[in-house]
Amino acid sequence: MVRLITHNLLACHAKNCTQTKGFPLAFNDVRVETKEAEFNADFLKSFYERKIDWDALVGAAKQLGDTSLPLERPEMVDDDFLQLLHHVLLEIHVEEGEMICPNCKHVYKIRDGIPNMLLAEHEIG
Amino acid sequence: MIPTPDTSHLTNADFEHVYEPAEDTFILLDALEADAERLRALTPRIAMEIGSGSGCVSAFLGAVLGSTTCLYLSTDINPHAALCTLKTGGQNKVPLEPVVTSLIGPFAKRLHRAVDVLIFNPPYVPTEDEEMTDAQAGRAIEGSWAGGKQGMLVTERVLCGLDEILSEKGLFYLVAVKDNDVPSIRRRMDEEYGFESDIVLQRRAGREHLFVIRFSRKASPS
Repeated sequence: MVRLITHNLLACHAKNCTQTKGFPLAFNDVRVETKEAEFNADFLKSFYERKIDWDALVGAAKQLGDTSLPLERPEMVDDDFLQLLHHVLLEIHVEEGEMICPNCKHVYKIRDGIPNMLLAEHEIG
Repeated sequence: MIPTPDTSHLTNADFEHVYEPAEDTFILLDALEADAERLRALTPRIAMEIGSGSGCVSAFLGAVLGSTTCLYLSTDINPHAALCTLKTGGQNKVPLEPVVTSLIGPFAKRLHRAVDVLIFNPPYVPTEDEEMTDAQAGRAIEGSWAGGKQGMLVTERVLCGLDEILSEKGLFYLVAVKDNDVPSIRRRMDEEYGFESDIVLQRRAGREHLFVIRFSRKASPS
């Protein structure tokens, strides 16, 4: 399942993409499905505070046709916001398509909901 | 008692390409169950299994921690294994997120010291080094056991990077066999990287003497 929660943690790892480059990967030519997931406020809150790159999430959601998130990272985390976050992070599944590195343009394919992030020998850093 | 995850959806054809749960899998499940209280007390938010194979272990961890409290990431170099992991998640109602890659690959940048529970049942069988490299390059079932010199070549790469990936309170569960020289692994992780460890379980299964070792960061002296 490539959900946006996972996409937010994936970066290009080809050899010319250093610590700061190669993130976020851009979606292209995707097929998306929406599947309901169980809501857990504590998980979302803690994940949001600890790990989410906000700009990457807003951008990726927009590429998948979802513009429900505010452009600025909200300071106030209320229940309405967590519901929005829940849907965007956990309920949108990219089943087919590709993710392209913004730096080196490496293309990572997604098939059957699984991203293939393998690199060829000469691409490994 | 937490039941072993249902893998009845996987067929013999799947197990021609993907490692079928065996004694080394089961000792790992038993160790996670024995550690259930410790694991829950950590309230982990990010779990990762390296080399998830059938997905049995990640699905079990999901049963221990609950399906909504944690993100269950997994990697496998074998695309067939990643698909089995995804299906096993579905079958057991745990959302597993498999990625086809070697070790932690594309997660390394964003998950710097952020993984709360890391699990690895590595290819631990001693083989010629070349056999291990070929097996990894082949991205097939041989890669799940061929471990090179002392069965440690692949494990070594994860041990070297552990400090970069494990969160402050994170726990790392590693399966090993006697041939891997468990006392030396533990001593080295302590002296070189500052990780303490315990043997959660050990048992003999046929010719193998299996261990599950749990590593964590030593509390910094204050």
